[in-house]
Amino acid sequence: MSDRVFGKTARAAVALASALAAAGCGGAGGATVTVFAAASLTESFTELGRVFERSHPGVKVRFSFAGSSALARQIVDGAPADVFAAADHSAMQAVTDARRTAAAPRIFARNRLVIATAPGDPGGVRSLRDLADRRVTVVLCAAQVPCGAAAREALRAAGVQVAPASEEQDVKAVLTKVRMGEADAGLVYRTDVRAAGGRVRGIDFPEAAHAVNDYPIAPLTGASEPRHARAFVSLVTSARGRAALAERGFDLP
Amino acid sequence: MTRGRVPWPLVIPAALGLAFLVLPPAGLVLRAPWSTLGARLAEPQVLAALRLSLVTATLATGLCLLLGVPLAWALARGGFRGRNLVRALVTVPLVLPPVVGGVALLTVLGRNGIVGRWLEAAFGVTLPFSTAGVVLAEAFVAMPFLVISVEGALRGVDPRYEEAAATLGASRWTIFRRVTLPMVAPGVAAGAILCWARALGEFGATITFAGNFPGRTQTMPLAVYLALETDPQAAIVLSLVLLAVCTAILALLRDRWVSGP
Repeated sequence: MSDRVFGKTARAAVALASALAAAGCGGAGGATVTVFAAASLTESFTELGRVFERSHPGVKVRFSFAGSSALARQIVDGAPADVFAAADHSAMQAVTDARRTAAAPRIFARNRLVIATAPGDPGGVRSLRDLADRRVTVVLCAAQVPCGAAAREALRAAGVQVAPASEEQDVKAVLTKVRMGEADAGLVYRTDVRAAGGRVRGIDFPEAAHAVNDYPIAPLTGASEPRHARAFVSLVTSARGRAALAERGFDLP
Repeated sequence: MTRGRVPWPLVIPAALGLAFLVLPPAGLVLRAPWSTLGARLAEPQVLAALRLSLVTATLATGLCLLLGVPLAWALARGGFRGRNLVRALVTVPLVLPPVVGGVALLTVLGRNGIVGRWLEAAFGVTLPFSTAGVVLAEAFVAMPFLVISVEGALRGVDPRYEEAAATLGASRWTIFRRVTLPMVAPGVAAGAILCWARALGEFGATITFAGNFPGRTQTMPLAVYLALETDPQAAIVLSLVLLAVCTAILALLRDRWVSGP
């Protein structure tokens, strides 16, 4: 009986080991480019990753999408990334300060804030001024995250005082509260409204020009695939890359 | 069994287990910016978050006791069909990612939720973005800990005491109050402590359901998360405060209520 149990355990161990090995090398000897990118780039970069894999047979692109500052922290702490695309300067600056960028960062896209209104527009929001109305439930990003800093700058430029019901941890959380109708309105990026696919409405406002987010991208030192890392950066800044970004609502430099 | 030497096959895994649990918090203590600790603690937002955390976790534990002990009794003693299914349902919040738990709460208790819509229309009560919302989010995530502990304790009780009480003419309610509850008190206390600790550390369901606003819904874990965005040192300080307060309270309670033999 103990032999049989041992045999089973051994077989399970071999199966597990081979599964881990397969997962570890990511395909039969092919190269993998690891791209750390801001969460707002999820849709456009996923598309560009497929374009890259088609034009570079045998090369895989792997993404880690998250908040820019969290990604910057991981890169500074030695995470194995080949390319970093951030949603603001400060996150990229942290990586540059730690001497992990292999080339000067380039601005490849810009994002601007819009007012997102809940389905059916229960708050009757038409402009930034309407957000100051106490009867309108407004959510903003917390001042500590880029979208929150941008929102405060835009509101200051407009001279509008808003008492938010909540200061959310990231822009997708603001979008969720608006989409579910818990909040009447929130300030999010134009790309987020585009990604929400018609369930929330986006209203442009002129003061958004005071708080435009620049998106820098750079290949990283210690990249396992430096040549492919540079090639991916080139793709993002190429006409094909710009088309994919513009389609998702980004402004282009 | 008497207390004595731990048999050696248990010593090594026990030591490893202890190291695994103790070293990460010890790392926080080592990395803490001790020189600025005092100044950070004096910040009004930190105190507001700490107070809100303690108040909401305690209220959530109270709510869990009120609803969870009867539920545990029903699971342990109730003679209804589908008990195993109900028991499985009770543990759902344990496996659900807390953020999903928060969204689930919104679909029911949110402004457009099935119950929430009615609450707003009938009483003008909206739970999201309120302190009450924090309590509910914490209770949702923490109650299974209490129910499971209390149910386990109830199953361990010798039914002969309850039967004896019944033969002496006590009603089922009296038996529950005067016989059963005192016997499972240590289990209830242990469950309440687990429940309180889980509520205190709750993050995902809280920020999703109740949002984040200083003084109203920003508990310590939320403050820690946001501090991590800009100032990791401040995040470490906040975590240590939570850790110290939590450990102190639990140590005090443990000595008082659940002191073992």
